[in-house]
Amino acid sequence: MMEGATPMTGTQQLGELEVGQVVAERDLALTRDSLVRYAGASGDFNPIHYRDDVADRVGLPGVLAHGMLTMGVAVQPVVDWAGPSRILDYQVRFTRPVVVDPEAGAALHVVAKVARVDEGSARIDLTVTVGEQTVLGKAQVVVATDR
Amino acid sequence: MNPEIQGRQYPPTPPYLVGREKVREFARAVQATHPEHLDVDAARAAGHADVVAPPTFPIVIQELTLRQLLEDESAGVDFTRVVHGDQRFTASRPIVAGDELTAQLTVTSVKSLGGNDMVTSASVITDADGEHVVTATSTLVVRAA
Repeated sequence: MMEGATPMTGTQQLGELEVGQVVAERDLALTRDSLVRYAGASGDFNPIHYRDDVADRVGLPGVLAHGMLTMGVAVQPVVDWAGPSRILDYQVRFTRPVVVDPEAGAALHVVAKVARVDEGSARIDLTVTVGEQTVLGKAQVVVATDR
Repeated sequence: MNPEIQGRQYPPTPPYLVGREKVREFARAVQATHPEHLDVDAARAAGHADVVAPPTFPIVIQELTLRQLLEDESAGVDFTRVVHGDQRFTASRPIVAGDELTAQLTVTSVKSLGGNDMVTSASVITDADGEHVVTATSTLVVRAA
């Protein structure tokens, strides 16, 4: 890492959290390149994530993002805010497929809001939308607040 | 699908050695930007032995166990009709490069709803000392034929 830069460690404090508080918000872009890159990194080579002809044949509206890619990118605003060591639990339901257009890709918007504050941890709920529609349900991250 | 697989446990998977470049590759693929995922010095400054894997990285190891389930003919899960319903990771600590991880899957629930079958499984991922690292839980939905 660069000299003089301050490492983002688990020692920084998250501060007093209040239910309803937005802790992070971000626009994310997925392209066909993102899908190919995720296929390679994860080992999930299901062709519905990169071949239009296969997606079409199985009756899909288009090439879809891997659910695990959507899950993986959606948590990043929370990881940047809290630090990787504080993520205790992360769950989602895959409620709507994310179609990735060959030219335009797909634009995701993530809002991360405090849903619950407990002793030593807090639950952060993610709202992940493409256009007006949410694509993940029950997207919840539990972060440690006692370290 | 065979409803009697509820409670079935598969053998632990062979050890998976988490590579530093694999962590970086996965981190870039999920657009992770936190320096502890990419920079060894930043990870060490935060008290980790090496770069830290993103929260969804355990899917790579869990996948080895899901393959056991899908390849088990007696379970009768038709891979071509499987959709990922939900996913959860419950961690004792983050995965870091250098970890040698083993996973063991247990089928925790089999349900049928509106012609679709749903199979929920929990894959417990442990390190070389046998300590719990993370449990990965998925529900796979097998759509009606």
